[in-house]
Amino acid sequence: MSETLLILYGVICFMLVAALVAVETRDLLSSVLCLGAVGFGLAVVDLIVGAPDLALTQVVVEIFAVVLLIRTVVAREDTTREFIRDTPHVAAMGAMIMGILIGAYVCFQQLTPFGDPPMVMGASYMRAAEEAGATNLVTAVLLDFRAYDTLGEATVIFAAIMGCYALLRTRGRKEEHEGHDADS
Amino acid sequence: MLHAVLPFVLCLVLFIIGLYAISVKKNLIKVIVGVIIIHNSVNLFLVLIGYRVPATGSAIAPIITPQMGRDAMDVRELLSHSVDPVPQALVLTSIVIGLAVVALMVVMALRLHQKYGTFDLTEISKLKG
Repeated sequence: MSETLLILYGVICFMLVAALVAVETRDLLSSVLCLGAVGFGLAVVDLIVGAPDLALTQVVVEIFAVVLLIRTVVAREDTTREFIRDTPHVAAMGAMIMGILIGAYVCFQQLTPFGDPPMVMGASYMRAAEEAGATNLVTAVLLDFRAYDTLGEATVIFAAIMGCYALLRTRGRKEEHEGHDADS
Repeated sequence: MLHAVLPFVLCLVLFIIGLYAISVKKNLIKVIVGVIIIHNSVNLFLVLIGYRVPATGSAIAPIITPQMGRDAMDVRELLSHSVDPVPQALVLTSIVIGLAVVALMVVMALRLHQKYGTFDLTEISKLKG
């Protein structure tokens, strides 16, 4: 096993531990910070497997997400009681996990082995990019060969921002609050 | 055989941790944390699908550097050594969309907290109206 693979496994295991802590800790602030550790671990994995564009984007996005979540959870405890594990819940969870494991076993039989993708599309993109004069294949795919995909991405982001604006606006919501108070 | 699937199995474990957080935790923030963990695990899986271990040398990013020049031999070298660019391009889209989705979820959680004063999902579903 090469050194690169060892480092890769190490970083992925770090991500697993950080994810477990993020899920299980009672303090919401620590939970969010461990989530940031998962994201930065993903950025390191991107660097190791030769995806520098992804690593840069992941770092920027992770900083945004962690700041947003810290703003939400600051000085708030996880006050929820422990999940009550009665028989139907445990049975449902067990069935779900068994289903996932069986499906994963079947999928892993069909999967291309790690480190040897067929790369049909990628090879043709590389030849085309060489003729088109692009230097970075990833941005060439994003902005040239699959530009409609990027347009759709911009549409989704626009819709999400409009949703945030509609939920956060303060003007024009007064009557709703008074109605709610009168009801209760 | 083991090395052919072990990184993907680790991705699956990360996915299951996120699924556990979504299905068991009663706190809205923990549910959002679970969604982000699942998102990260799927991105990790797709990036690892595109990785390749070349027969000689090490894998390189799919970028034509100035040292390579532009003749056919260098493109053939890129073809034999570089990782797959297509999953990377699509994961780049997915990461940015993920940020937008997380922002929307956090804003919804904030509005619920404004209205009910708690992040507890059982409390929120008890207090109708």
